Amino acid sequence: MKNPLAKAGILLVGMYVFLKFILPQFTAPLPASLIFLYLALTFAASTIFFTMSGAGLEDFMGPVGRFLTGEGQSGIAGTARILVFLVFPLLVGWQTYTKLAPSDAPPAENRTIHPAPPGEFVGLANPFPKTQDNIMMGKGLYAAFCSPCHGANFDGKGPAAPGFNPPPANFSDPGTIAQLQEAYLFWRIKKGGVGLPIEGMPWKSAMPRWEFELPDDWIWKIIMGEYDGAHQSPRTWEEEEEE
Amino acid sequence: MKSRGTVENLQSWLPKVKHSSLSGWSVFWVLLLLPAFVWAQDAATQAMSVEYRDIPWIGSRNLVWIVAQQHLLLAGFVLGVPIFAWICEIVGWRSKEPRYDKLAKEFTKLLTSAYATTALFGGILLFLLIGLYPKLMAYLSDVFFPSFIAYCILFLLETATLYIYWYGWDALQGNKKGLHIFLGFLLNLFALGIMIVPNSWATFQASPVVLGDGTAIERAWTAMQNPTWWPVNIHRLIANVVLGGFICGAYAGVRYLLAQTKEEKDHYDWMGYVGNFIGVFGMLPLPFAGYWLMREVYQYNQQMGITLMGGFLAWLFILQAMLIGVLFLGANYYFWMGIAYRIPGSAQSYKRPILAMLVVLMVCLGVWMTPHSLVASLAEAQLMGGTHHPLLGVFGVMSAKMTVSNLMILVTFMSFIMYWRAGKQETAAWAKVAKAVMGALLAIGGIAVVVLGVWGYFVPAIIRINYFSVAQVLIVLFIMVTFTPLTALLMKSAKTTTEMVWGQMPIRAGYALVLNAVMVILLMSLMGYARSSSRVHWHIYGVMRDTSEYAYSPALGYAAAFMSLNTFLFCLLVSFIFWVATMGDKVKKGPEQGQAAEDPTKISGGVTPAMAGGAPRVGEETLKI
Ligand code: HEC
Repeated sequence: MKNPLAKAGILLVGMYVFLKFILPQFTAPLPASLIFLYLALTFAASTIFFTMSGAGLEDFMGPVGRFLTGEGQSGIAGTARILVFLVFPLLVGWQTYTKLAPSDAPPAENRTIHPAPPGEFVGLANPFPKTQDNIMMGKGLYAAFCSPCHGANFDGKGPAAPGFNPPPANFSDPGTIAQLQEAYLFWRIKKGGVGLPIEGMPWKSAMPRWEFELPDDWIWKIIMGEYDGAHQSPRTWEEEEEE
Repeated sequence: MKSRGTVENLQSWLPKVKHSSLSGWSVFWVLLLLPAFVWAQDAATQAMSVEYRDIPWIGSRNLVWIVAQQHLLLAGFVLGVPIFAWICEIVGWRSKEPRYDKLAKEFTKLLTSAYATTALFGGILLFLLIGLYPKLMAYLSDVFFPSFIAYCILFLLETATLYIYWYGWDALQGNKKGLHIFLGFLLNLFALGIMIVPNSWATFQASPVVLGDGTAIERAWTAMQNPTWWPVNIHRLIANVVLGGFICGAYAGVRYLLAQTKEEKDHYDWMGYVGNFIGVFGMLPLPFAGYWLMREVYQYNQQMGITLMGGFLAWLFILQAMLIGVLFLGANYYFWMGIAYRIPGSAQSYKRPILAMLVVLMVCLGVWMTPHSLVASLAEAQLMGGTHHPLLGVFGVMSAKMTVSNLMILVTFMSFIMYWRAGKQETAAWAKVAKAVMGALLAIGGIAVVVLGVWGYFVPAIIRINYFSVAQVLIVLFIMVTFTPLTALLMKSAKTTTEMVWGQMPIRAGYALVLNAVMVILLMSLMGYARSSSRVHWHIYGVMRDTSEYAYSPALGYAAAFMSLNTFLFCLLVSFIFWVATMGDKVKKGPEQGQAAEDPTKISGGVTPAMAGGAPRVGEETLKI
């Protein structure tokens, strides 16, 4: 394959097949927004690469130009060209129609997972020392109250988890509690989903509001047990001299 | 008139108002209408109790948004350009090369023509603020008045210096050049002051400090030294150079596209190169400065930090990643095209390394742009089990972002080194060794950055931030600091195999320069919005609440529309200014232009081969042969 345009086309198609069909064999399917992003990058990369020099530009853009002007295209090529000119607007029309036609699918959402906590929860510190006793007590409470959703292994795969969307947080993922401070967890646990600010979409979260069930002391200990069990440590601003 | 202020707010500012501006009014009334004194004071108090005024249709906040953004962009240009104009002048002076002096003068011309408009917009902004936000302005004046005076003095000095610097350019040549250079130094010194004083007002709004008792000067000084003042100063200083560099590059790009003669083409090709070079080199340390700023924000107030980085403003950083990505690509594209076009016959031999760099850049960009929580439809989210992708979600966190931005900086730097070495053959005996050492350093450095990045997932955040991220930055800096002088040494004795020719760049190179400038402007508008909306519903964070009807954060789409509008307006404004400023050029082209590019291939290295487009000693070498 010598023609750069063909190369770019193959690369794009290959990338699409990889993202859309091959990768999902190993992990969850990618959302369309992400596939679009990666394809756009691939397209940009091939354009940049093939148009770097004058000769490259001619190889890359020449066929496009000739196709548009119809220069030297007769017979099958000529008919194909006319066909493309007919089909392309129809494709665009169809795409526009499917985008605009009313449907019952809710719009794609951009929920803010970690919105800013209210001022009164900022800067609180866990009042309990990190002793084995406290951690064990926290884990026990966790097993009783949280594990049905967040899972006995702290991985968000509790027996009740499949019932919720968004699902219960996976604490062993580096993107959840490892990013947060203990005070932040204290707020989330105490106030639950309904306590989220609007950008956190409180109406979506199934996280219960624990302030009426659990005393503060228990919450602090659960937090300790949670971090220990998930093998994560809370975000801090000063280095701790423990252990 | 909107005055829905809470009682505490009224109490907090009213007494202060009485001391300052009200006294002026009282004197006035006392003199004119002594008998009605009591009534007069009432009326005055009433006038002063207006907290907000509005402008119909567009709304006060939107108007201030536009005017402030225009002023800031102009100011960024006006304060950034003198830095490199001055450096360029020094280079010309030390290397005795008129090309640089001429270029420095051309930069200064753009600066001078934009200066008045900048001040004009500053004036408009001030009037609008006084008129539309009297409550806030009364409070700020009360705190900062002494610094207002300092600002005025600095402004006077800056203006005077700029006039002498610009109009004295030709008069102060030869043995008077030293004086001119000194003027350039003063110009930059005052410019720095002009930037950091208002920065303190804006940063005080975001991160106010407790003001004890003391004289007015003491209080103003305490307020100025707020936690985000210096991080913003440094960040803006660097960003201004970037803005200035890319705008000058775009100017050269447009002039290049319009050029009629060979001389003009050569000159503006070269100027475009220098502009891009300045922009890129300014950009390399910028992420580090931004990182420092964010750290200070977090440390000052976590809530604000989270709002910015994880909360509803987090999407801005995805947009930021896209814009910076385009900028990195644009800058590298320009470098690579430079190799292909300015060094004839080299396109083929550099294909492979360029492809490798491109792939690394793209992979990095892909990681950088992947948001932590993805935009997904309900069905997609269900399949992923939430808005975090189980595999790609790992790209969303800081450790990944820091790693790829370091790698992108490294690649861009290597792009430049490659450009510098293109078309030359090292002759030094130790060249092989040096190159091997550099290659090994690069490989080890790159791997180390990646290893630290991956390891960063498994250590507590504080360890990552304090040690790993810092180590990554130091590795990249170390490579830059060792490679630059080493390459300079290598190039000193190198033989030129292919001469660099100017004025051959294709049309799209000119457009690439313009694109870069537009991206930088968009980027600054975007981050300007991020900075000021991180205060959310506060005029002064935690101290003075915004009680106007605009005390809400605009939706991101709305904000994005304003950023685009601001970018568009600024481009229009700058095009107009430059068009006016260069109208004369077309008439008196002849001598000035001709002298600039007497012999475009004669680029002797002197002190800064890097800036000369990486073709040192071409002239001398060819002469010797
Ligand atoms: C009814 C099921 C359910 C139970 C029981 C439950 N959670 Fe949750 N939790 C959720 C869901 C769903 C989410 C994710 C939605 C959200 O972010 O609000 C969540 C989120 C969280 C988060 C936020 C993590 C992050 O990264 O933002 C924390 C912390 C948390 N839960 C802790 C707990 C603790 C501790 C308990 C036990 C006291 C508990 N949860 C019990 C459903 C539950």
